[in-house]
Amino acid sequence: MIEVKGLSKRFGNTQVLTDINAVFQRGQVNQIIGKSGSGKSVLAKCIVGLHVPEEGQVLYEGRSFHDMDRDQKKEVRQEIGMLFQGSALFDSLNVLQNVLFPLQMFATMSKREMEERAHFCLKRVNILDKDQLFPSELSGGMQKRVGIARAIAMNPKYLFCDEPNSGLDPQTSILIDDLIKEITEEFDITTIVITHDMNSVMETGENIIFINQGRKWWEGTKEELLNSDNKELNEFIFAGGLMRQVKKAMTGRS
Amino acid sequence: MGIIGHIGRYFLLLKDTFSRPERASIYWRRTVEEMDLLGLKSLGIVALLSFFMGAVITIQTKTNIDSPLIQAWVVGFATRQSTILEFSPTIIALILAGKVGSNIAAEIGSMRVKEQIDALDIMGVNSAGYLILPKILASMLINPFLVMVSMFLSIFGGYIAGTATGIVGATDYLQGIQTGFIPYHVTYALIKTVVFAFIIATVSAYQGYYTRGGTREVGISSTQAVVYSNVVILIVNYALTQILLI
Repeated sequence: MIEVKGLSKRFGNTQVLTDINAVFQRGQVNQIIGKSGSGKSVLAKCIVGLHVPEEGQVLYEGRSFHDMDRDQKKEVRQEIGMLFQGSALFDSLNVLQNVLFPLQMFATMSKREMEERAHFCLKRVNILDKDQLFPSELSGGMQKRVGIARAIAMNPKYLFCDEPNSGLDPQTSILIDDLIKEITEEFDITTIVITHDMNSVMETGENIIFINQGRKWWEGTKEELLNSDNKELNEFIFAGGLMRQVKKAMTGRS
Repeated sequence: MGIIGHIGRYFLLLKDTFSRPERASIYWRRTVEEMDLLGLKSLGIVALLSFFMGAVITIQTKTNIDSPLIQAWVVGFATRQSTILEFSPTIIALILAGKVGSNIAAEIGSMRVKEQIDALDIMGVNSAGYLILPKILASMLINPFLVMVSMFLSIFGGYIAGTATGIVGATDYLQGIQTGFIPYHVTYALIKTVVFAFIIATVSAYQGYYTRGGTREVGISSTQAVVYSNVVILIVNYALTQILLI
């Protein structure tokens, strides 16, 4: 479980996040949604420790991340897997080497065990046959799969996915969403997905947090999302005609 | 950010760079790869430049000191001294700042804008150490070798130019390059080379590591890496010369 308490973040004179409180449960796909520039990616970067917040705490299983010393932070980071918006695969390494990378840096296992683990992860995301290709030779969807394989290589307790569907066609998006949900349940990890893709929210969202103007505006489940009377939330989720039709079909009202 | 801020952040980056590596064997493997990439792949340009640099020094020296009062072997002596004391360590360092420095800044800057450095940090890898330390070690180990090759080829280039044009005889040139040789001058040149290698690797890595934005900013970082490396090399060259030769 990850808990965020009273988190605020500023860049210069610009207040990006204000007093964010949230709990992200284990075994669930927790989603942070919001418009572009609302502060959701900054929130995720504060949670994983890439940004240091001015106020507030991030607790991993009750342990405050920002109060930890360097070695303790390192230990927590080894329990985190992250899928980046652009996949962030290392260009000079092939698919197998990318997945092997965290194992070679930190795992205390033999070379053969590392390769077996990497092959298991690649097989789990259905891309084992591409293990000798380089990232530039892969499609966007394949790169995301490799990114997921690398993220789960170290058996993480926490999985962060920053816009996992960006740049993907609808079919591939659904495959990636399903994969994230399956992996979350299968390995019982705390998953946080940052997205503004409403299809993804309706496919996998369990605990959803809506960030607007740097504040937590709303929190609930996807069923509650459709019935909310929160004005800003409704403007965001029903901006597209498809979602208005989904609401009409599910609730009988437009 | 002001210049004091940049200097402070540069030293903080160095502190992170030299902190304990996660896996020494991986760092060493990367150092060997970087020696090939940053050093051996620069051998061609270093050889070409050095040969013609020596040839030009010989011809210019001869045409400028053409006097019956000055003995013929002085051309070889001047070529050797110019090459060992200044041309090979400093000019080659400035050339490498352009070739290797821009390469380092562009590579690390691209990794920054593509979030690959964030990926390393989140894994718990010391990104500064992993990316920069092997480049520093590789440059400091391989650049003295490049400069030694440069010294040899420059003096050889002078010999070829001198004898081919007939402005200096082979015997006179060979006598000149052996006259008044002080081994400490080679030590001085190699000390400068190692310091310049450190400057090229760290200043360029600093520019790349703190790149923000996109491809345009990577280009700007790459240019700044070359400019700042050159400026620092020239200032440090003066300081080292004063400290080591006076």
